[in-house]
Amino acid sequence: MPGTVQSIERAAAILRMLAGGPGRLGLSEIARSLDLAKGTTHGILRTLQGVGFVEQDRTSGQYQLGAALLHLGTSYLDINELRSRSINWADPLAVRSGEAVRIGTVLEGQVLIVHHVFRPDDTFQTLDVGSLLPLHATALGKVLLAYRAGALKTDLSAYTRKTLHRNALTKALESIRENGWAADVEELTLGQAAVAAPIRGYGGLVIGAIGVSGPVERICDSRYAPRPHLVTSVRDAARAISREMGAARR
Amino acid sequence: MSERYVVAIDQGTTSTRCIVFDRRGQLVSLAQQEHKQHFPKPGWVEHDAMEIWRNVERLAPLALRRAGAGIEQVAALGIANQRETTVIWDRRTGVPIGRAIIWQDTRTDALVHELAERPGAKELEDRSGLPLATYFSGPRLRWMLDHTPGLQARAERGEVLCGTMETWLIWNLTRGAHVTDVTNASRTMLLDVRTLDWSPDALDFFGIPRAMLPEVRASIGAFGTACEAFPGVRIGAALGDQQAALFGQTCFTPGEAKCTYGTGSFLLLNTGTELVQPAHGLLSTVAYQVAGSPACYALEGSIAITGSLVQWFRDQLGLISSAPEIETLARTVTDNGGCYIVPAFSGLYAPHWRSEARGVIVGLTSYITKGHLARAVLEASAWQTREVVDAMNATSGLTLKNLKVDGGMTSDNLLMQMIADVLDVPVVRPLAVETVSLGAAYAAGLAVGYWPDLDGLRQNWHIAGQWLPAMDPSLRDTEYANWRRAVERTFDWIQPG
Repeated sequence: MPGTVQSIERAAAILRMLAGGPGRLGLSEIARSLDLAKGTTHGILRTLQGVGFVEQDRTSGQYQLGAALLHLGTSYLDINELRSRSINWADPLAVRSGEAVRIGTVLEGQVLIVHHVFRPDDTFQTLDVGSLLPLHATALGKVLLAYRAGALKTDLSAYTRKTLHRNALTKALESIRENGWAADVEELTLGQAAVAAPIRGYGGLVIGAIGVSGPVERICDSRYAPRPHLVTSVRDAARAISREMGAARR
Repeated sequence: MSERYVVAIDQGTTSTRCIVFDRRGQLVSLAQQEHKQHFPKPGWVEHDAMEIWRNVERLAPLALRRAGAGIEQVAALGIANQRETTVIWDRRTGVPIGRAIIWQDTRTDALVHELAERPGAKELEDRSGLPLATYFSGPRLRWMLDHTPGLQARAERGEVLCGTMETWLIWNLTRGAHVTDVTNASRTMLLDVRTLDWSPDALDFFGIPRAMLPEVRASIGAFGTACEAFPGVRIGAALGDQQAALFGQTCFTPGEAKCTYGTGSFLLLNTGTELVQPAHGLLSTVAYQVAGSPACYALEGSIAITGSLVQWFRDQLGLISSAPEIETLARTVTDNGGCYIVPAFSGLYAPHWRSEARGVIVGLTSYITKGHLARAVLEASAWQTREVVDAMNATSGLTLKNLKVDGGMTSDNLLMQMIADVLDVPVVRPLAVETVSLGAAYAAGLAVGYWPDLDGLRQNWHIAGQWLPAMDPSLRDTEYANWRRAVERTFDWIQPG
C-alpha cells in the first residue's frame, strides 16, 4: 500500500479510541492500548489538540474528542470569531491604505461580509456587515473561489462590461493562486476597484479573505494596475490574521 | 530628519505593555509581558512590584527593536497604569516592603466599615470626591502601615516611600524622582480634588505621614528624564488607565464620553474644568491636567460585570466555546423571549451600589432556549450602560450625544447595535482599539511638543465603525421597565448576620 502515512493512521486510531471509549482517557492508557511509545502518543495528541480535534481536561489531564470534530461536517469557522481575531489588523490596514477594509467568507455561493472598517476620512458611511456580494465579480470573492475545490458552480451574471466570463475567470483564478492576491477593477461597480488576499487557518485552509476597496483612481495606477503598496499592505494584513487563526505557526 | 516616535507603557492588571506609536497615532510595535497574580487569601490580590519593573526593563528594548527604532528617535515616554494599586518601598535600597496590593483586593473591608463611623468621614468623601470603599488607595495604605511592625515610624522618618504604579515606575526610570500625577492621586482619597494637592485633613484621617507621599504633578508636563530602560527619554505624561482611554478617545470637551468594554466596563464623561458633585452612585475624578492649566474633570461610572458575564457563560455554563460565539448564539433568536439576566455576582456597582444584591435570571419559561440566554447576556451589558448614562445625564446636566467605545467587546456587532438601541444615541468605534496606551502616548507627545495641541490629536481620530439606534421607542421603554424590574429582584438577597 504505497503512500500511507503512519502518524495519520495512528491519529485516526486515537480518535476512534476516544470516540468509542467510556469518556476521557489518560495518556498512558492510550499509549498502552495502541502499543505506542508515550512520547509518540503525546506528540500526536498535542497535534490533534492544536487543530481542535482533541481536548484535554484541565484538572485531570485526560483527553476527549474536541468540539472542532463535531463541527467537521458543518461550517467550522465561527464568523464572529474571525472578526474578533482580525480586528487588530484590519484597523491598521485601513489607516495604511486610506481605504475601507472588508473581510468576507463564503455563504451559500456568495461573499458574506463579516467585518467592515470605514475609510478613515470621517465621511458618513454605513456598516455593511451581513451583506452579500457576488463571488465572481469581487476581489474578496475571487480569492475565496480560487482556493475552493470543485468546479465553478456559481452564478456568473455580468454586473459591468468588465465582469469576467467563465473562461477569463478560470484563467484569473489560476493567476490568483499563483500570486496570492486578487484584484477587481470595475467588475462589480463602474469607478470602483478592490484588492484582496486570503486568510488561512489550520493546515493552510483558506477560511476568508481581507481586502480594501475604493475609487479606481486611488486603488489603481494610470494603467489600471493595483498600486503595489496596497497589494503589500493587504497581503501583510492577511498573513498576520492567518498566523492569528493558526496557519503555519510563525 | 529622522522619524520620531512616542512610546507608551501600559502597566495593567494582568500585564505590562510597551507600545511604540507614530505621528499619526498608529501602533508601530508592541511588546507585552504578563506578571504573576498572587492570591494569598480569599479576597486578597497582590503583585510583585519588582517583577513589574523588571518587565519594563525587558520590554523597552524589545518594543524599540520591533519598531526598528533607536532610543534617540523616541520623542517622549507616557505611562498609563492600573489605578489604586499601592506599593511601599525603601527609599535607600529601592526594595519594596511586601507586595503591591491591587485595586481588586478587598482586605480593607472591615477597616473601611470602621473608618466610615469615625468623625470626618463625610467631609473626607466630599473633599476627595470618592465614597469610602476598599477600591481606593487610602484605606489600603493604612492597612499596610498597620500590618508591618515599625513601618509607621519609618514612614514618619521618611525612610519608606509609597505610590501607585506610575510613581513606582517613574521612581525606577529616573532613579529617584518621587512623583505622581493628579489622575492617579485623585484615586487615593488623600487628594483634595479642588486644590489638587494632598489634603492635610485626609492625611490626618488615615494617619498617613506626608513624608512618604510623592509630589503631585499635572498629568501632562514634566516627570523627569529616564536613566533606566529608556535612557535620555523625557517622561512627558502619566495617567490612570481609564483616564488615558478617555484621552486616547480625544474626549476633550464637556459632554464627550467613552466606555471601555472589558471584563467590567468604565464609562467616563468629560465635565470640563468644573467639578460636578457626584450623585447616583457615580464618582468625580480628575480626567487630566496640562501643566499650567486648570484640571479637567470627569464623572465615572463603573460596571462590575460585562465581559466577565460572557466568560461565565463560556466557562461555567459551557454553552459556547469562545467569547465571540456569544453573538452567533444570540443571533439564532430575534429577541430575549422574555428572559433577563442581571449579573450582580458580587453586588451591583453604579448607579445602584448594592453589595447585598446577587445575580438573577428571570422570565424563564419552557420556551427559553440557550439563544435567548445568550441574548440576555449581551442585553445585560447594554442595559447596565443605559443605567450609568441616565445617572450621568441626571448628575451633569449634560446630554450624551454619542458614545465612543473601545475594548475587546467592541468586536461584537450585535452588542454595539444593542447599546445604540437602548441609549438612543450613535455608538462609535474609533480606528484604534488600544486607546489606553494611545492616550498615554498622546499626552506625552503633547507635553514635549511632538503634537502641537489637542486639535492636532483630534485629527488623528477616525471612525472605524458606527451603529445607529434603530429600536422602536415604545419597545425600548417596555424593555427598560422589564430590565429595572429584573434589577429590583436582585436586591436584599444576602441577609445580614
